[in-house]
Amino acid sequence: MAAVNVLRSFTRNINLGNHSAKATIRWHFQIQRQINTSSCFMADRRYSLKHEWVQLSGTIGTVGITNYAQESLGDIVYAQLPEVGREYSIEDECGALESVKAASELYSPVSCKITEINTEVEEQPALINQSPYEKGWLFKMELIKPEEFKELMEEAEYEKFLKTLDS
Amino acid sequence: LYHVLLTEMYSSVLKRGWLSLGCCGATSRAIHLSSAALLNKTVLYDFHVNNGGKMVPYAGYSMPVSYDKVGVAASHKHVRSACGLFDVSHMLQTRVHGPDRHKFLESLTVADVTALKPDTGCLTLFTNEDGGIIDDLIVTSTSQDYLYVVSNAGCRAKDLALLQQQVKRFTDSGSKVELEVRDCDALIALQGPQAAAVLQAACSEELSSLMFMSSVQCSVAGVEGCRVTRCGYTGEDGFEISIPNDKAVSVCEALLSSKTAEVQPAGLAARDSLRLEAGLCLYGNDITEQTTPVQAALAWTIAKTRRTEGAFPGSKVILRELKQKAAVRRVGLVSSGPPARPPSQVVDQDGKLLGQVCSGCPSPSLGINVAMAYLPLSHVKAGTTVSIRVRDKLVPATVTKMPFIKSNYYTGK
Repeated sequence: MAAVNVLRSFTRNINLGNHSAKATIRWHFQIQRQINTSSCFMADRRYSLKHEWVQLSGTIGTVGITNYAQESLGDIVYAQLPEVGREYSIEDECGALESVKAASELYSPVSCKITEINTEVEEQPALINQSPYEKGWLFKMELIKPEEFKELMEEAEYEKFLKTLDS
Repeated sequence: LYHVLLTEMYSSVLKRGWLSLGCCGATSRAIHLSSAALLNKTVLYDFHVNNGGKMVPYAGYSMPVSYDKVGVAASHKHVRSACGLFDVSHMLQTRVHGPDRHKFLESLTVADVTALKPDTGCLTLFTNEDGGIIDDLIVTSTSQDYLYVVSNAGCRAKDLALLQQQVKRFTDSGSKVELEVRDCDALIALQGPQAAAVLQAACSEELSSLMFMSSVQCSVAGVEGCRVTRCGYTGEDGFEISIPNDKAVSVCEALLSSKTAEVQPAGLAARDSLRLEAGLCLYGNDITEQTTPVQAALAWTIAKTRRTEGAFPGSKVILRELKQKAAVRRVGLVSSGPPARPPSQVVDQDGKLLGQVCSGCPSPSLGINVAMAYLPLSHVKAGTTVSIRVRDKLVPATVTKMPFIKSNYYTGK
């Protein structure tokens, strides 16, 4: 028997005085429901505020950066991936991606233990630009705190978040 | 947050420029809006936006860091193989008039301005009383009886104050000199092996007889009153073109639509990787008020005839360093793996601190990482191995002569 958490979130736009910027406040409701697990489960993809995606299959996840991130970075020339076997807390610095003009730290989107890294990407960092969601995956990990996954944004919410950034 | 490290060109302090890639809407928006309100625009701002320019704050101006659809590495390589067009209108352009203009500029710089042949220029330095570098600049002696000076955008206020104060001292003591600020002119740089062919098609002047560091007043793309100087900041053959503001866009559009070669607009990111490969200094990063010309490996800018006591500010310190060498020197470093960027530490095999990277990036032309650092004389010989601390790793690096890539300045041969 598995628990399925249904997340409801609400956003509210707030006018911040003369800056007219928008702040997003997310309120969470969680409804627990018991469901039979013999049916297949969806490989769920969610997104962090730092433009990483996490694709879960059970408690094993794959992590990469989004198209927005790879576009902003430009041609990636070097990828420093996390250590296999090491544990990271949520938002811990776990690696870096370098392009000609920029260096960007990688932050662990959830607390996890690294099980695998994409050595192809270490040799061919351009894969991250070419295929950020498929061939350009960065590392695989085991969730330490499964509830953190639900804190991440779903696709629609991430798309909406991106719109607030484009200026 | 994704922190994007962008080496801020011409900054007066060695610091990391953080550009937030994507932070919670509120904060980044607030910062962006308040700084956007205070940014200057060059006359080419709309031109950049129309060509897909990604605008960023730079030295108080909104400038294109790159252009849509063209990656920085691709843009860089295009300049080395064909032709790129840069907006450098944010830089300070001035003219010095009057019979005492040569002495005037000599009182502030290490150049022999009097010896400059008509319509030729040189790279020189404003120095301070401690022998440090206030700014680097190009001074051109024109046959129109003025000195044409181009200096860094980030040093604008400082340079103007310096020049104006000195004008006052000179005129108070009876000398005749006048400073004219040329904010009425835009400045663009056309750089690359095809630049001469592209410009020749738009210019009546015979460019094959215009040598590196020479200058001429002429019309470009039908616009009178332009000045073309054969110089640049890329290591390639190229020109800096001063254009009356109201005609800048039309000249750029004419050059972009050249049938002679493909001219691409290029931004600040490519400009930085190009100049770094060419071993050229960036004021604020590689040279500052705390670095002397000898330390910076720029002793060659100090004209032989100027090497006398009291000839220029800081002459005592600088002449002593010319004689006895300086304790540190700016050198090139090459490495593989994670790129070395400022302010990464450079250490020896025992982990002892030798210096800090002052400029660094992956070299698009060479496929390795290139960097500059000031190292003690014990470690400046080409071939010396050191290590660079990048995040928590020690990356091996080798001291190299600069430029990292061969220069292609036009000498007529």
